[in-house]
Amino acid sequence: MSGGAVMNFEGLSMKQIKQMTQRLMKLVLVVGAFCLFTGNLRAQEASELEQLKKEMREMRKQMQQLEQKIETLERKPQAAAPPVASVVTQPAPETAPAAPAKKSWSPADPIRVGKGGTYADLGLVATFAAGGSTANDIEGGTELGGHDPNQRGFTVQGVELNLQGAIDPYFRGNANVAFMVDSAGETQVELEEAWLETMSLPGNLQVRAGQYLTDFGRINTQHPHSWAFVDAPLVSGRLLGPDGLRNPGARISWLVPTPFYSELFFGVQDSQGETAYSFSYDHGGEPFLGRVNGTGSVERFSDMLLTTRYAASFDLTDNQTLLAGASAAFGPNSSGTDTDTQIYGVDLYWKWKSPRAHGGFPFVAWQTEAMVRRYEAGTYPSLVLQPGFGGLPGYPVYVIQPEETITDWGLYSQVLWGFKPGWVAGLRGDFVTGETAQYEELYGTDLSRAPRWRISPNLTWYPSEFSKLRLQYNYDDRDGIGVDHSVWLQFEFLLGAHAAHKF
Amino acid sequence: MNTIMKTNSLIPFLKRRDAESAEKRGVSLSSLRCFATSAPLRLLVAALFFYGATAQAKLNLVVTTPDLAAIAKEVGGDQVEITTLARPTEDPHFVDAKPSFIVKLNKADALIEGGAELEIGWLSPLLNGARNAKIQPGQPGRILCSEGIAMREVPTVLDRSKGDLHAAGNPHFIVDPLNARIVAQHLADAFGKLDAKSAEKFRANFDKFASALDAKMVEWQKTMAPLKGREVVAYHNSWLYFAEGFGLKIEFFLEPKPGIPPSPAHLAEVMAKMKETNARVVIVDPYLNRQTAETAARGTGATVLDVAQFPGGVKGTDGGYIALMDYLVNSLAKALGEKK
Repeated sequence: MSGGAVMNFEGLSMKQIKQMTQRLMKLVLVVGAFCLFTGNLRAQEASELEQLKKEMREMRKQMQQLEQKIETLERKPQAAAPPVASVVTQPAPETAPAAPAKKSWSPADPIRVGKGGTYADLGLVATFAAGGSTANDIEGGTELGGHDPNQRGFTVQGVELNLQGAIDPYFRGNANVAFMVDSAGETQVELEEAWLETMSLPGNLQVRAGQYLTDFGRINTQHPHSWAFVDAPLVSGRLLGPDGLRNPGARISWLVPTPFYSELFFGVQDSQGETAYSFSYDHGGEPFLGRVNGTGSVERFSDMLLTTRYAASFDLTDNQTLLAGASAAFGPNSSGTDTDTQIYGVDLYWKWKSPRAHGGFPFVAWQTEAMVRRYEAGTYPSLVLQPGFGGLPGYPVYVIQPEETITDWGLYSQVLWGFKPGWVAGLRGDFVTGETAQYEELYGTDLSRAPRWRISPNLTWYPSEFSKLRLQYNYDDRDGIGVDHSVWLQFEFLLGAHAAHKF
Repeated sequence: MNTIMKTNSLIPFLKRRDAESAEKRGVSLSSLRCFATSAPLRLLVAALFFYGATAQAKLNLVVTTPDLAAIAKEVGGDQVEITTLARPTEDPHFVDAKPSFIVKLNKADALIEGGAELEIGWLSPLLNGARNAKIQPGQPGRILCSEGIAMREVPTVLDRSKGDLHAAGNPHFIVDPLNARIVAQHLADAFGKLDAKSAEKFRANFDKFASALDAKMVEWQKTMAPLKGREVVAYHNSWLYFAEGFGLKIEFFLEPKPGIPPSPAHLAEVMAKMKETNARVVIVDPYLNRQTAETAARGTGATVLDVAQFPGGVKGTDGGYIALMDYLVNSLAKALGEKK
């Protein structure tokens, strides 16, 4: 049995080697044909030649490995023959490394490096919601986020196209373009992100430039499809804006040489526009914090949006990790000539994962963020209706609203429990409020700043990593408006490549 | 923010002091402690001290999984310092991209990875954050163990309705000792390029490991020879290379498709096939659902065997790659023999 098997082995290997040699010969012929065909090799063809050469090198390497295998087996003592036999009969890899080479090459085929592929990973995530609410002001009322469900029935929360890859040996690039359908049925296109990032600057530094989500807290840098809830936290909707804080700019980050992870970010971005909601944004001509604002423009460096963040992480045990951060954003707002906004935030993320986790389950994760905004509002001329005396009709009075600093704050806290593979139960609590401002004494309480809290339990099922179904209930209590109930079913699918998420 | 800035600016100062004292005055760790009064600062100083002390000649290797780490240890010997990211009991497809890993990768001289997309779900954000030129793709410090391995089950068409397939082929190749041998040789060459002075030593370590492996291989094949062609059921298709290396048949899986959880209907189908083919053993990795395996075993009179691809994943396999293979071969032979 042994002898036969050994013979069999040798035959097989020889066959393999023969095949390899044949392929090599073919390649040599192809290369030769190339040389003959093209008297003057142009740059492109030279690179094709390089690729062929590379393939040849790879094949030579494979042959060497086969030879090595034979050598190894031949070196075995004779007594070892029977066991070796079964090693030997190990079937030859059918689909193995040379598989693509099996297909005979035709001049119409592109010549590719390795198994081919693309220079960028392309992926698409589509997120939808269906459901309803007792509230009549869903868009911008109960739901503050730009990607939140915006009406009873179905909502296209976002169809996000992502492209990413290495640009060259120095940079990697990333672009996210999102499509949405608003409650009026209009398709909206949003350039969420498009940036390049350095891969190996000295001094532990890294620069990112382009359009990007500002490194402020935790939820702001995540795309809505990776959120654990159907909608945005109230505090980020109120203080950072419906679309979060993002704008064209550049940031540098420094991985601080501490034994634990700690990173310092510093960013400069444009301060105007819809995605700089609390800064130089005209709010579409609608009053914001008691004033109708103009549009801002950058005239000097101090008109830029400056952000900074420090984050640190500790592995508390082998199974528990803590990530904490503090962020700040400073920039002008357009309510006056020299009025600024400051937003400060702290965030905390803790996660426990079983040492025997399968597919990432079971786990428990807790995430909390708190933010406060100081908004310096400028003087503002307005007409205020004065009540008349003794039953007489009221009359308008011209008033100059004084300068004032308006403070708002809020927080959310959420716990996720991945109790079995593919299943996550979540609970989130939201609270937002604002200190009574002077303009409210003139016009009455501004309901968009009034105290509000919300409790949201949900359940998510991931049939695979590439699809999900989520059912969520929101109990919403708004001061001056009342209690509302909402139920949303969210569904999502992912096509193509998808980048792994950060911790 | 201000206090944070202050703490940060302390760090270079402490490091400088640390280096100076170590080199000029030979100040001990305890006297350094006098400078640092608070506990976290003391920790920081101690950590920096140790970092400075060990970062001399040894190659600082970060390895994604414990199996590759065990082989790297054999080849690297005491010339290398090894940090392993995945733990032996956890699912290597889904390791958390902990920020502490970024720090480890930032300081690494080399990164050793499987190279066949096993780590695709967690390695890239770490590498993006690590900002280490030495471990960028194409650098000698980026070591792909799948290079030179005859990858099996390379899909010709990528279609996720067939489950979560790896485009580069089945990545669980290390449980075939012949592949382990190829990886060890590849590592010896790669280490030699990174540390030319120790190249001879790495080569010698490889030779030692290879001859130990060859001797063991004879033993393992002898043990497995009578069990050739026997059916073993696995949870996930991670034992293909092992089956082929030892002439077993592992073709039924408790999960219907890679990464898709078992359904009752599929389980019933597997159990019918188990009875048909007289499959007597269900193997289960430490992170997989043992209950599912037990259900299948109960219904067919088979036994459940705890296995792992990583040294330390099951009891008695901490010793390294050979200890792990010893366990796998012997426990499987026992389980298959007992129930005949």
